[in-house]
Amino acid sequence: MAKEFLSGDEAFAYGVRLARPQVVSAYPITPQTIVVEKLSEFVEDGSLKSEFIHVESEHSALSCAMGASSVGARAFTATSSQGLLYMAECLPYAAGGRFPIVMMNANRSTALPWNIYGDQRDSLSQLDSGWIQAYAQTAQEALDLALMSFYIAEDKDVSTPFMANLDGFVLTHTYEVVDVPTAEQADAFLPKFETENKMSLDKPKNLAFSAGPDTNTFFKFKEHCGILNAKEVIPKAEKRFSEIFGRKYTGLTESYKTDEADYIIITLGSIAGLVREVVDKLRDRGEKVGLLRIRYMRPFPNEEISATVKKAKAAAVLEKDISFGNEGAVYTNVNSALKKADLTLPTSNYIAGLGGRNISAEEIEGIFAELKEGKTTVKFIGIGGEQSGDQR
Amino acid sequence: MTEILWHGRGGQGAFTAARLLGDAYSHKNGAYSLSFPSFGPERRGAPIRAFTKLADTPIGNRSEIKKADYSIYLDDTLLDTAAFDELKNGGRLLVNTSKKYDDPRIVAVDAGRIAREVLGLPITNTILLGIFAAVSGEVSLDDVAYAIKRNMPKKLHDKNIAALSAAFREVGA
Repeated sequence: MAKEFLSGDEAFAYGVRLARPQVVSAYPITPQTIVVEKLSEFVEDGSLKSEFIHVESEHSALSCAMGASSVGARAFTATSSQGLLYMAECLPYAAGGRFPIVMMNANRSTALPWNIYGDQRDSLSQLDSGWIQAYAQTAQEALDLALMSFYIAEDKDVSTPFMANLDGFVLTHTYEVVDVPTAEQADAFLPKFETENKMSLDKPKNLAFSAGPDTNTFFKFKEHCGILNAKEVIPKAEKRFSEIFGRKYTGLTESYKTDEADYIIITLGSIAGLVREVVDKLRDRGEKVGLLRIRYMRPFPNEEISATVKKAKAAAVLEKDISFGNEGAVYTNVNSALKKADLTLPTSNYIAGLGGRNISAEEIEGIFAELKEGKTTVKFIGIGGEQSGDQR
Repeated sequence: MTEILWHGRGGQGAFTAARLLGDAYSHKNGAYSLSFPSFGPERRGAPIRAFTKLADTPIGNRSEIKKADYSIYLDDTLLDTAAFDELKNGGRLLVNTSKKYDDPRIVAVDAGRIAREVLGLPITNTILLGIFAAVSGEVSLDDVAYAIKRNMPKKLHDKNIAALSAAFREVGA
């Protein structure tokens, strides 16, 4: 392993190179562009043997990756924001076709108002498209996810495309020290992609077919089972990963000081790093607070969330998302998990960081303070002016 | 945590210096850093800021630095009295300038002159990085030379390492 000083985008590209995709379909968009630029450099300098295909749009990028996957090739693409939305038509095609493509999404705001900065409304709007969705906190986790994503997606019981999400700029464009594994280690971890779900002259079969009302539900059920099977494969991948690389991951969620915590913030992505620092500060003052970081939004960690917060007095979901006319999508999902476990603790939703707005340590302390007051709220942080931001 | 705020104009290499510093610091075991620019459209000549955070534990806070231990100006036309508002108590300004300042908080160095002499170009980013290293002691000359070798094209190594050494001599380190 070698220590490198990399941005999140670069770290992910290094991870993709180690996974040796046979096809990379590329279309640039800020803040993802560095990923495909870096991969094109790797192809140019010969360190990645891959068919690097410049396509004319994101819709084509994912269509191209599907074509590659349908002949049994390991395929990678990357996008962000409007690009993800432009390829939205293809997302359920890839999932329903059971093509285990890996895609990195640089989380970025969606227009209008037009904005290039980070929030998670792009990927969270696609929760129902049938893709596995993971959210990285650091550049190291981004690199490691790049490798693990292929392992998980390509498992024959899963066979589901994988979207790895990195917060735009604060993760994609921030440099930090990253351990880059050797090619030998990566090859020991990641088996060659083998699938029966491919076009073959030796074993001709119908792929990407129609299914009418009589069989459609069956196929959608199988698709659902495939993504649920990832719940078994993710820990398996992480165990194998830690044996080879020495770094440990904790499955669908990561808990920090949640044992005996009265008040817990549930969040996802890179902001968890700051919440962790606030938890440490408040713990030093004797306050019983904790952090639960959601690493996977699909499959959703229902059991992990309810088990972690069941003894807490209150929990807040902090997310860079709003499902207009209702509340944050993560909050809806978390509340469903709690309801299914018969938990009745009060929960609040804090909508923050939209369009790249900074979330400060003071604001996170404020969330813990409001939880202690017993308030439950759906609140926008940082809208300014006379409005309180309380919207329920 | 030591927080360093870089001020420059697009093209002067402020972010490159921020990144070199991060790498110089965190290549050692048990050392962590974050380096990032102010995000947004990039234009040559426009004021830009860059940030480096140095710590001995992983850094979770990815926000821009509001109060710095060191605020470094590659261009003295960007310097005004508001600069002190961005400093922690005991913080210092490191400024590339031919002017003299009678203020103990300011380290004024004519990096432009050193750059012209050593590099033959008015590019002062690695010189200010050398000044920072000498004044703060957070990284050694060897650490920075290591980062230069890892991150800059080979043909720039010798000159920039010479510029670093000149910066150390300038502040008597």
